Amino acid sequence: MAKRIEDTELTRRDLLAGAVGAVGGAMLAGLPATLGGQQGAAAPSGAPARPTVPADATKLQGGATTPLGARSAFEAPSRAPYGETTGSSLTPLQDLAGNITPSDLHFERHHAGIPALDPERHTLTIHGLVDRPLSFSLDDLKRFPQVVRPYFIECSGNGRGAFRDPKPDLTAQKVAGMLSTSEWTGVPLATLFREAGVKPKAKWFLAEGGDACLMTRSVPIEKAWDDAIIVWAQNGEALRPAQGYPMRLLLPGWEGNINVKWLRRIELGTQPWMTRWETSKYTDPLPNGTARQFTFELDAKSIITSPSHPDTIGERGWHAVNGIAWSGRGRVTRVEVSVDGGRSWANAELLGESSPKSTVRFQYMWDWKGGEAVLLSRATDEAGFTQPTRTALIAERGLGTDYHFNQVVGWKVERSGKVLFHGET
Amino acid sequence: MRMTRVRRVLLGAMLGGSLAAAGCDGGATAGASGTGGERAATAGAASGAATGATPVRFADYDGGAVPGGPGAGRHYGIGIRATAAAITKMDRDIGPDGAELPAGTGSVAEGGALYKAQCAMCHGVNGEGMAPAFPRLSGRDPAAEGFKFASDPKLPHTIGNYWSHATTLFDYIRRAMPHVAPGSLTDDQVYALTAYLLAKDDVIAKDATLDAAALRAVKMPYADRFVPDDRRPNAPK
Repeated sequence: MAKRIEDTELTRRDLLAGAVGAVGGAMLAGLPATLGGQQGAAAPSGAPARPTVPADATKLQGGATTPLGARSAFEAPSRAPYGETTGSSLTPLQDLAGNITPSDLHFERHHAGIPALDPERHTLTIHGLVDRPLSFSLDDLKRFPQVVRPYFIECSGNGRGAFRDPKPDLTAQKVAGMLSTSEWTGVPLATLFREAGVKPKAKWFLAEGGDACLMTRSVPIEKAWDDAIIVWAQNGEALRPAQGYPMRLLLPGWEGNINVKWLRRIELGTQPWMTRWETSKYTDPLPNGTARQFTFELDAKSIITSPSHPDTIGERGWHAVNGIAWSGRGRVTRVEVSVDGGRSWANAELLGESSPKSTVRFQYMWDWKGGEAVLLSRATDEAGFTQPTRTALIAERGLGTDYHFNQVVGWKVERSGKVLFHGET
Repeated sequence: MRMTRVRRVLLGAMLGGSLAAAGCDGGATAGASGTGGERAATAGAASGAATGATPVRFADYDGGAVPGGPGAGRHYGIGIRATAAAITKMDRDIGPDGAELPAGTGSVAEGGALYKAQCAMCHGVNGEGMAPAFPRLSGRDPAAEGFKFASDPKLPHTIGNYWSHATTLFDYIRRAMPHVAPGSLTDDQVYALTAYLLAKDDVIAKDATLDAAALRAVKMPYADRFVPDDRRPNAPK
């Protein structure tokens, strides 16, 4: 079930040409020229050649140290699609083995491109219904007490394609790749609100980003007293530009769009502003002719990432079925796995402690006898929410609903061992 | 008005449990005046810090929570005062009641000319959009009468079919459009484009002119269809 380099778009030539920059180029640059420059063995036409390594690595000195680490040339995880200014790129969930998403693989979703911001010129201003309107530089924020917490961020449109049109060739990345988890460092928004002195009349705040669309979302003030953080670091280092460098709003468990990146302004007021992003977008039409608004929390969800399409299971016998589960309403308390298309379910093992509003990995051992099978996973959270089937979700919300897709999904294993997406649950 | 009711329900649901928390912030002031309360709050918060456990809720995590801090309800005094001029320069939001709408005026006809020159290259001459990056803007579908977006994925979320507030249109055009030169339009131009797009979807008359008062009076066709979040846990069968 391990990912193979053939699964990616990268070729040996790309690596040598440095087309992928730090990924392959730096790795090979660290090797002696004679090795780095060798061509791989002749590959069957169409298949990219594998990276070349010495026959016995114990018989010569290895590569040198480098300023930045790089992945093994045999590993080439990639976000896809990419290259759009108003688009998105997806985390390759099938290539990951823990809860933390490497920062360079965190999914992206932006509506006016990624702004280039100088941290020495960027400030966060808090004003409106406050006693003291204040501006904070990045250095100012770092003087406050910090918190360090793991949380996922998920776009509430994550999985729309798999919900509306569950084609067998969908990968875990395409089904659920707008989900990433990081360890975030920042200052509680409550601390900044106390600093500014929030007036009792304030019930909502507006968060505004410093990108070209000046992204704005309204947030109930309660979230600030609960767990909202202004973060400046992700996985131990400065935020990546695509994640809001130099600072972003983090509202744990709430839909991705409201975690405003490149945060430059917070205004406190008495009512929501009804911005484009909370009216014409990010509202959830229902079959009864209404649309839910301000649907902030992300529901309990899970996906098996191994095996997953386009894997082929080579051997009968025992295989670890594993994946990730998460909920915006707190801890995941249970993940069940079915290997018979949902006729029967068994509790999976949760790997490590389930952290609120973060991901938890699960596993279930499966003895494959070589027959056809449908593997599914189903998460339940501490608020009592359990993933519905797709049929149940369509009945409740309709096929045309736009956000918050948390239906049970999985993988069909054919007799040949071929693994295909199974979305019609 | 429906939205007002929605808002009230939302506020009730979300803030019901938080008034205590808001009081806690009020407590940042109130606590400072009453020493007894302050001492109690400090003891509570400090015990969390002493065990290395940051409270789950930040309502309890103030200046008294971290060892060495200034004490409960006290400030750190970090940051600089934002001047009124600096705030005015950034604060250009238009809320749903349109209270912040600027002076200015623009007609449907002026908006049509502007649209052709600055918008049509992305959104199409008839507001049909260019998927997926540039959404369809215009069109009043008879099917939208039932607001059946959930059962019909193809029903477009156009301004006339779906948008709940005309003020949102003004706000978004002014802050983010046109794509190639965001924020470059004058307030008169934003009024004109707003008028053109509203008239195109039969929300206002084809010969209308908008200013702040006229825009505040616009009611969108389906503004009453939006309801608060009422998701409930769903146990497996």
